[in-house]
Amino acid sequence: MTRVHDMGGRYGDGAVVPEPQGIVPFVEEWHRKALALTLASGGIGAWSIDTSRHARETLAPKDYARFSYYEKWIAALADLLVDAGLVTRAELEAGTAAPAPAHERQLRADAVAGVLARGSPYTRPCDATPAYAPGDRVRTRLPARNVLVPGGHTRLPAYAAGRVGTVVLSHGCHVLPDANAHRLGEQPEPLYAVAFAAADLWGEAESPGDTVTLDLWQSYLEPA
Amino acid sequence: MPHDDSDHPHALLPSDPALRVKALETLLTAKGLVDPAALDAILDTYERKVGPHLGAQAVARAWSDPAFRERLLTDATAAIGELGITGRQGEHVVAVENTPETHNMVVCTLCSCYPWPLLGIPPAWYKSDAYRARAVREPRKVLAEFGVTLPEGQAVRVWDSTAEVRYLVIPMRPEGTEGLDETALAALVSRDSMIGTGVAEAPK
Repeated sequence: MTRVHDMGGRYGDGAVVPEPQGIVPFVEEWHRKALALTLASGGIGAWSIDTSRHARETLAPKDYARFSYYEKWIAALADLLVDAGLVTRAELEAGTAAPAPAHERQLRADAVAGVLARGSPYTRPCDATPAYAPGDRVRTRLPARNVLVPGGHTRLPAYAAGRVGTVVLSHGCHVLPDANAHRLGEQPEPLYAVAFAAADLWGEAESPGDTVTLDLWQSYLEPA
Repeated sequence: MPHDDSDHPHALLPSDPALRVKALETLLTAKGLVDPAALDAILDTYERKVGPHLGAQAVARAWSDPAFRERLLTDATAAIGELGITGRQGEHVVAVENTPETHNMVVCTLCSCYPWPLLGIPPAWYKSDAYRARAVREPRKVLAEFGVTLPEGQAVRVWDSTAEVRYLVIPMRPEGTEGLDETALAALVSRDSMIGTGVAEAPK
């Protein structure tokens, strides 16, 4: 049901390696370019963050595992550009294209500061009445899956599927990634932070009293 | 619409990642899809301007100003906005405060969601499979790899960032900092302490 990116709780990944504090420097020149090209291309507005996340998730598992972080970004960017009709497969293969004037929605240098400072708020007005409030017990969907598109994008991790937790925060209505990733509209829904006892997720908590909290959309939940 | 066919377009690019990026840059620039000067402006933002010093400002203010702390805990997006901290990947911020009873720790198991306007670009470890896989299941073992040992009885609350809400951990104010001003306090607030893989250190 799930994809390779859904790795919460997985065994076998080894140690986490801390790094110096402060602003994170780029290790390679191409990492810098990978980040800047991805953000600049995203600025055209031809895809949402949900669609771009899904593009990374649909990399073949063997590619997802062997690609470094920015290689995933670059692979997904190439796939998104072709999917959006902005670049052709022939152009990718040739590595060149006929010169063209600036695209009408090109992110221009003088607009960068404003665009980055504004961001893209994901709250929306919505008609749905909030079904839950802090303190309510809820059960998550089982299995974790996109019910609109088989194999589609969802933000319910497998480790938290079919589990009972407690609503701790109401975030208001947010764009539903399961729909938006697939260009099915934003379909905003109430979003909640739901806390689960670690013991209920893993069978045994590392320490009693530990919890894991996830942000979950109303349609992922039922009363418990 | 998932593309599960074996002929992903990205496979048409050269295999060397540096050449792959170069090819995309050439194509996107030639086609007028990307303004080369915009690339420099984006990098200037995240290499020089936006980083954990901004989150540290917010934490130091919260430690110094009880009314700001209250606003930060009630509506963090608005509160950090007062300090001019806004933007991409920080559109909806929730601040969670460490206490003697609860230690908060943030992860994104599904990708690499991170509060960019407060902390900048995430470090490699935050995006690593090891952190994503393990932070939710064995947070104390992960903390030990950062040199952090929690006191007995302090519970861990892990926040898995599955939506567009971004979490900022407010670390506990170290003892012996009563006389310090906000600038001196901010210097004690590391990036990792605002993710929850570190604690704020007492002044040396």
